[in-house]
Amino acid sequence: MQLPAYRSSPAARVPLPLAALALILGTAPWWIGRVGLYPYLALEIAIWMIYAQGYNLLLGHSGLPSFGHGAFFGVGAYAFGLLQKGVTPNLWLDLGGAVLAAALAGAVVGAFISHRRGIYYALLTIAFGQAFWFVAIKWHSVTGGEDGLLNLSRPVANFGIAEVSLKPNDALLGFCVAALLLVVWLCWRFVHSPLGRALACIRQNEMRARFLGYRVWLCKWIVFVVSTAIAGFSGALFALAQQSAYPNVMSLHQSGFVVMMVLIGGGLTSFWGPLIGAAFFILARDLLGAYTETWLLWYGLLFMAVVLWKPEGLAGIFGDILHRRSAQP
Amino acid sequence: MTLFVAEGLHKRFGDRIVLERIDIAFDEGTLTGIMGPNGAGKTTCFNLLTGLYAPDSGRVLLDGVDIAGQSPAEIARRGVARSFQAISLFDQETALDNVQVALPAMRARAFDAWRDRARDSAAQDRAASLLARVGLAGRERVKAKDLAYGERRALEIALSLATEPRILFLDEPTSGLGAEGTARLADLIAELKRKLTLVVIEHDMRFLFGLADMLHVIHWGQVIATGTPAALRGNPWVQRSALGAA
Repeated sequence: MQLPAYRSSPAARVPLPLAALALILGTAPWWIGRVGLYPYLALEIAIWMIYAQGYNLLLGHSGLPSFGHGAFFGVGAYAFGLLQKGVTPNLWLDLGGAVLAAALAGAVVGAFISHRRGIYYALLTIAFGQAFWFVAIKWHSVTGGEDGLLNLSRPVANFGIAEVSLKPNDALLGFCVAALLLVVWLCWRFVHSPLGRALACIRQNEMRARFLGYRVWLCKWIVFVVSTAIAGFSGALFALAQQSAYPNVMSLHQSGFVVMMVLIGGGLTSFWGPLIGAAFFILARDLLGAYTETWLLWYGLLFMAVVLWKPEGLAGIFGDILHRRSAQP
Repeated sequence: MTLFVAEGLHKRFGDRIVLERIDIAFDEGTLTGIMGPNGAGKTTCFNLLTGLYAPDSGRVLLDGVDIAGQSPAEIARRGVARSFQAISLFDQETALDNVQVALPAMRARAFDAWRDRARDSAAQDRAASLLARVGLAGRERVKAKDLAYGERRALEIALSLATEPRILFLDEPTSGLGAEGTARLADLIAELKRKLTLVVIEHDMRFLFGLADMLHVIHWGQVIATGTPAALRGNPWVQRSALGAA
């Protein structure tokens, strides 16, 4: 039966780039050494990709600029460490606890900021982010102060039918890639859902959404909590990978990294932009960093160039190339 | 039967009184015109009635329920829709998506973060039928920002209709439209009349006089004249309103 021309196509249940991502990162242990890199780098990229993808639900998709998101990454890392040291070394409980702690922190902060937008929203997130960072540094008895929580272990992942030790980087990489694919797929569902559409509309015209009867505050609060929960999850994985949790990840400086990843990747216009941006950032840090200590200066200049001349970011550049190729006879 | 009543509405911004003791009522299934010179307080009156501002005093009754001070979203969910003087759409979305988002069925699922909204073919069909009703058939896949001015006006009305309102407030709907666009809009509003209650702010006398059952003239923040179009045709303030003079 011929469908009406106006009908939009449903979103792919498993989008092709997700399969490509699984293939590239899932096979990293076999090729990454041959190109002069190391498995831990792929692990770090996977973790930052999770963080950036969750962050982009807020910035790119909903138009809500959080510049203190490192706080929730840090809350996840600390919660994971504290639960492992003080409660139980069970991986699932510690990860779940980290997600819950970050979501709770996000719920409280979100309640204060979700009636704001634009510059006021951004400034409030910075203020709250700094408050969390300050607590992490000053509350020595709990957080370990500036040293943070050290000597965390990489526990065994018990899947019921099998147990996998996460001590080798390759095993932890496999675990993090699986987590990344799950998070990206959930985010894909989210942006194509009615809530995702409502948030996209709120980004474009908040007042119109209100006059259509949407509970704008609640929509903004929900996406903030979801984004902070994902940040907390990636923070917990980071603590697992680094075997420590420290306050530096909560600093304003570190919060800026995820913004740069998302923007240079093209998160404002592409769902896949944050993934490209996270990989690009970590690779630039390592490759440029091998040549010069001032790598961030060069990265910053590149960031400015992209923002000025190609605001659609790397995803936009790739999109243009693909478009040109497909247009060729 | 009276559907919507404003009683003793009063609003001031700082030391400036912008609305003073406004008493107006809109009967179900009628079209009421609001006229008045620029700066008279017409749009502020709309903003109070639809929840953008809370009145300093007075009541706004919808079906006997006081909605004064409620948020625009609460008031919209009660069946009050409005358009804006400056067209207000979701510019990056297609015409179809704009209307689809406005459907109460979609709004009811606003917190569903799982299902693919594009699989809801019933909502798409409903949105397409509303677009056809306002003359936008065949333009469903065009982004709102790429539509012509008159089409954007029509889309804004489709958005309001999609909310299934009981009363629809239109703020200068002919603003920026040419003669052809105005005539098309007049046909659409004539069709909508009787099916729902309409309140229209308008400077175009010919447009309004051909459609309205009742007119209110607002000036200096007060209702200075009320009556049928025939009764108010010679009113000097109506004439000044038509010229847009303050």
